[in-house]
Amino acid sequence: MSEAILAAWGRLSLPGVELLGEDLESLSRCTTLSRGMGRSYGDSSLPARGTDRVVSTRLANRILAFDARTGVVRAEAGLSLVEINRLFMPRGFFPPVTPGTKFVTLGGMVASDVHGKNHHREGCFGAHVRSMRMRLADDSIVTCSPTEHPDLFHATIGGMGLLGHILEVEFALHRIPSPWIFMESERVHDIDEFLAALGRAAPRWPMTMGWIDCLQRGRSMGRGILMAGRWAEPHEAPKAPPRAAAELTFPVELPNWALNPTTASLFNMAYYWRHTQQRVETIVAPEPFFYPLDAILHWNRVYGPRGFTQYQCVLPRAAGPAAVREFMDRLTSLGGASPLCVIKDCGPEGEGLLSFPLEGTSIAVDMAISPDIQRIVDRLNEFVIAAGGRIYLTKDRFTRPTHFRAMEPRLERFFAAREKWDPHRRLRSAQSVRLFGDRA
Amino acid sequence: MKAIVLGGTAGMGRAIARRLAERGDEVFLMGRDAGDLARSAADLEARQAKNGRVGYAVCDLEKTDGFAAALDEADRALGGFDTVVVTAAMFATQEALEADVELTRRLLTVNYTNTVVFCEHARKRLLERGGGRLTVFSSVAGDRGRKPVALYGSSKAGLSHYLESLDHKFHAKGLTVLCVKPGFVKTGMTAGLKPPPFAGEPDDVAKDVVRAMVARKPLLYTPAIWALVMLVIRWLPRFVMRRIGF
Repeated sequence: MSEAILAAWGRLSLPGVELLGEDLESLSRCTTLSRGMGRSYGDSSLPARGTDRVVSTRLANRILAFDARTGVVRAEAGLSLVEINRLFMPRGFFPPVTPGTKFVTLGGMVASDVHGKNHHREGCFGAHVRSMRMRLADDSIVTCSPTEHPDLFHATIGGMGLLGHILEVEFALHRIPSPWIFMESERVHDIDEFLAALGRAAPRWPMTMGWIDCLQRGRSMGRGILMAGRWAEPHEAPKAPPRAAAELTFPVELPNWALNPTTASLFNMAYYWRHTQQRVETIVAPEPFFYPLDAILHWNRVYGPRGFTQYQCVLPRAAGPAAVREFMDRLTSLGGASPLCVIKDCGPEGEGLLSFPLEGTSIAVDMAISPDIQRIVDRLNEFVIAAGGRIYLTKDRFTRPTHFRAMEPRLERFFAAREKWDPHRRLRSAQSVRLFGDRA
Repeated sequence: MKAIVLGGTAGMGRAIARRLAERGDEVFLMGRDAGDLARSAADLEARQAKNGRVGYAVCDLEKTDGFAAALDEADRALGGFDTVVVTAAMFATQEALEADVELTRRLLTVNYTNTVVFCEHARKRLLERGGGRLTVFSSVAGDRGRKPVALYGSSKAGLSHYLESLDHKFHAKGLTVLCVKPGFVKTGMTAGLKPPPFAGEPDDVAKDVVRAMVARKPLLYTPAIWALVMLVIRWLPRFVMRRIGF
């Protein structure tokens, strides 16, 4: 047990008591929250107060069963996506859904109900979970699935760890024809063209996403690179498997001023024009395709000690392209955006009660913490609420409870599930204190 | 290799068992809890390069009368083992040990007497079949009498001494004894302690250990920087050791 400073990926740190060990079943007794690799950006994996005992699942990482015929895996919640990919990709399997970083645990993937480049085809990770073993707030242990305690199952998927400690997860890996990706990338000149290109790509490609230069205004607003991909067929793929990339570490914490509008603009310009051809088809390794930022460990140091947040929202299809254009306009005029801005087509809403995606367009942008950040998030949230969209709790640190209630019609069902399974709100986080009024 | 890993369900033992299984070595697990052993065996079966069951047997370093039966079970499952890895041990802080004499007795017995007894059982079997590898985890804590690890360190000092003697005596007969001296490694055993500089990860330690086993080295400091750190510590004059907290 260690009294320490627990940190989130956005460099927010809070005091807490972290329990670390291999025996998750015994460690999770009488504790308030589980956390995995600490990759959620905001306060969702941080304790509600300094004396709360938080379980780190990282060492509970055993595979308990694997069926090579069906690809079904059952594993402890701390098994990381790094390990899943390393072990199963050479055998022709890959997770049905992967987020933009591999430094996540199975438990974290369920709690955040992560989505990936294939959301328009495969939905979120939770759609592929068959069952979970959980320790509940009353310290009992139950198994839940779509047919066994379905209310608990669906509230846990995307439930930010507030229904219970996820001990084990069973899900099915997908077969892949080769360990390589056939990728098509295309330079796109503005936001309208981007939305049209995403719409054209979705039926043709199982995986799509785009990078946007969100510092551009005027006619070039929303210009960027659209990337679409599929697993390469054996005859297209190189014979040898991809080589593991060298592990680079961002060596120092940059000063706060290092990432500023000028340096961000220069980076964006270089990134955009590096794509010299209008359209490129190529075979790439999965790592740079799925996890480009994982190539540099501790890349969050680039933001300096002030830290950063990621604002990620989804605007429903019904709001139309005009809403996306207006959102981009508002984002660029409010300022604060950094080089990382990602746009993605989402498919239909999943069954997780607080699962983020809904059918429409998701936009994610990193923003350094500044005195203006609360105002920027408020203004963006007001727009998202008016458009009928919502934000992603895994990235969030600044949304106000009133705003979250306004954008989340499923909240009452989530509260009803919490009332049933944890009436005394023993499971809580800094985020649940902020958004749901749990006691600190 | 056909390897027994005593302590292979957790920490560095788990990491070594995985590394061996992924290399294609046959692994047999020993530990205190049958349920925990079954889960770790399933983990190795999913990871291993070869198909097949991973066997296990309950073996508790506090119960010497179970050692022979567990080794018999391993022999049957592996068709004769040629490698034994011992990572199991007890750890407690100096503060806890000073406050509880019974805990001290247990720790000294497990870490020295009973580990040596287990190694003697294993050593005899290995020599009967012409030799093999015996890899045992000692600690940098045994290299010099130090205030923060006076009791734990003394158990490891005795163990290191025994392992070096085994190497001297039986190397020519085909027994390769590897004494592993890890520095601070971030495992469940050290959870709650503030990691010092150069703290290692179990997977990195496992990589170093398997490499040293293959190269038939007699001594390994891991992470490697600890070889230099302990060289300095061993040469520090006594009046300095009395003053510093290390």
